[in-house]
Amino acid sequence: MYAATSMARLAALREEVRALERSGLAAAAARSCLAFGIEEVDGRLAGGGLASGLHEAAPAAPSPSDEAAATLFLAALAARFAMAEGKSGQVLWALTRRDLFAPGLAQAGLTPDRLLYAECRDDEEVLAVVEESVRHGSLAAIVGEVGRMAMPAARRLQLAAEEGGTAALMLRRWRRAGADPLEIPSAALTRWRIACAPSAPPYEGSGPQDGIGRARWRVALARQRGGPTYEWLLEAPDAEARLALPARSGDRPDQAQRAA
Amino acid sequence: MGGGGVSTRIEPFDQRHPSPTPPHQGEGLKGLKPGHWRPGARWAREAQPHSFILRSGEGALVTARRDGNRNLLAATCPAARALGLERGMPLAKARILVSGLDVRPADPQGDAAWLARLGLFAARRWTPRAALSGADGLWLDLTGVAHLFGGERLMCARILAFCARLGFAARIAVAGTAGAAHALARFGGDPLILCPTGREADALAAMPLAALRLDDETLSRSSRLGIERVGALAAMPRAPLQRRFGPDLLLRLDQALGRAPEPFDPIVPEEPPCVGLSFLEPIATAEAIAQAGGEAVRRLAIVLAESGLGVRRLALACDRVDNITQYVILSTARATRDPVHLHKLLCVKIEKIEPGFGIERLRLVADRVEPLGPQPIAGAMAGDRPAPDLALLIDRLAVRLGARRIHRLTALESDLPERSLARAGPLDAPVGWPRWPRPVRLLSPPEPVDRIMALLPDGAPLRFQWRGRAYRVAAADGPERVYGEWWRHAGERDAVRDYFQVEDEAGARFWLYRSGDGEDPATGDLSWHMHGLFG
Repeated sequence: MYAATSMARLAALREEVRALERSGLAAAAARSCLAFGIEEVDGRLAGGGLASGLHEAAPAAPSPSDEAAATLFLAALAARFAMAEGKSGQVLWALTRRDLFAPGLAQAGLTPDRLLYAECRDDEEVLAVVEESVRHGSLAAIVGEVGRMAMPAARRLQLAAEEGGTAALMLRRWRRAGADPLEIPSAALTRWRIACAPSAPPYEGSGPQDGIGRARWRVALARQRGGPTYEWLLEAPDAEARLALPARSGDRPDQAQRAA
Repeated sequence: MGGGGVSTRIEPFDQRHPSPTPPHQGEGLKGLKPGHWRPGARWAREAQPHSFILRSGEGALVTARRDGNRNLLAATCPAARALGLERGMPLAKARILVSGLDVRPADPQGDAAWLARLGLFAARRWTPRAALSGADGLWLDLTGVAHLFGGERLMCARILAFCARLGFAARIAVAGTAGAAHALARFGGDPLILCPTGREADALAAMPLAALRLDDETLSRSSRLGIERVGALAAMPRAPLQRRFGPDLLLRLDQALGRAPEPFDPIVPEEPPCVGLSFLEPIATAEAIAQAGGEAVRRLAIVLAESGLGVRRLALACDRVDNITQYVILSTARATRDPVHLHKLLCVKIEKIEPGFGIERLRLVADRVEPLGPQPIAGAMAGDRPAPDLALLIDRLAVRLGARRIHRLTALESDLPERSLARAGPLDAPVGWPRWPRPVRLLSPPEPVDRIMALLPDGAPLRFQWRGRAYRVAAADGPERVYGEWWRHAGERDAVRDYFQVEDEAGARFWLYRSGDGEDPATGDLSWHMHGLFG
């Protein structure tokens, strides 16, 4: 009899948790989601875009260029969050290394008048700064660069970000080769893996010295809450922080038009 | 001497001339009236062989002010006075008389600011009642103060020595009335004059009328009547003077002689808003300090609200039982007097305080304040939550990280990427960069690249090796030429960097540069460097 009551109680608790989760998801869906503006991407995202909460991006390989791509990806997301808040939207970048180059960020749409920097000493300080900022709610998005982020820290951040209605975008760095930062489970709403991909030549038959096209990335949605994973080939953000799907070869302007 | 007024006359004093050079032989020049000189005039021929024309004015410094259409000398250094230059003389004439004169524009605002600063110091240090006297002097009321400094003479000597250390040649006169002190300081001649009380009339008798602070019109009218000295004026019957000159002349005379009162407008030094809390029992726990800090902040907020000020920097001084004071200092991004916000900032810093055997007194001083009007209450009439203030978050992060670690980046006018950034305050409006392709990560310093294959003079690399890995270039763009900044370093005069954006076969993008233009060896040694990574 004891077992029966405990089973019943367990079932009741499970039902309660499920209801809570549903309400959480419903609340997330009710909140405005930030769309990429690309149908193929937004259609795959639960809620049609990125809700305010914790999002993670990591370079697909421990190479500096993949890390730069992941940085630029997060910069574009942060810029889109800031633009969605109008002219006054502000972004805080919590960093531990000094190699971020502001003119490059400005070219991905994250202009200097929208961007504040917080120089932190270590990962713990980055997490504390990000948590305090998302709780405060005066920023459009916060970008944090961390090497190590354990599950409890991620859960704290996710709860704080949901409460504050602010996006916490974490750049997960590779700490050593063979230790994929996205292997460790996390409470993030979405987790992305970014890799550089060969770009299309600027025009048909151009040689290696004939200029360079718009950069391309292999953007993998490694995990999302309430939705499947997927992978796209996307073009790097322009000055308005818009990512794009590469035009199919048939749709590209031909060489004659280019010349004209 | 009873209630004494002291007038100090201050004039800029050129440090390069500690002692005035002896007057030049051409003293006759002093009598030269402005405007009467013309070439070949008789008096000019009759005088001594003229040493005044093109006298060397090496080291003579004067300042010039503009008066309508003319440039007049505003002040002269002792060396210039020794050469016969006086204030009020036209600058053109001074230049004719003395060659190589060092002329600088007069700065009345700067002088006034210095005088106000000195007056403030006098009010804090020497006497509670100090006031500005014209554009070049200070009144100090010595009533009940002089004995603290060892008597009037010693006190004045100390003030003179202080001014000399600051680089000012000052003159001091002590007299029973403000008017007499004013006159003696400016026309007495000696750097220190003590006039016994009641003897002002004798001391002033030989002074010119200008010593009485009269306007130019009264002065010229009295000189037409032949009244030149104060003594002569004092001896004249009062009624005709009153009729002819109006009340001003007699009022000034009476004020100087102590027969009429004179208003005194003292400088009131502003103390920073401050509250203190003393405890019956010394406190030592963090909770107790936080609570006491909260109380102090609440009281300070009331003081600030009454005077319409907001805090930019706040200092918490904790006096310990063992007579050691611990300080906690915090600054805010924008003026505020919100007690809740300030208390939150303070609580973060409390762990930095070492209470020792206990703290018996807390003082909270608003070190730096700014005017802050009444603040609108964030309204919630529409029902939606108002956006929180970014400045509050910046303050809290600045307390956690240190104020220098939270900032913005703004553009500097430099083509070299590593010099094109400057820090700006977190609430400043930064400037953007030109839209040349720039990487998102910049390597500092640039890393050497070897085994490079590239066509000279301006071909992009075809393959290279960086950090032990070989890359083959699939696409490239460039060069973008950046010249060295010869105005910063002589070594950069010819230096050139050619930047290339290259993409390898896997799509990774790099920013490489070659030092040198590929033709002229003076521009660089043709070595290649990795400087950044595009995404």
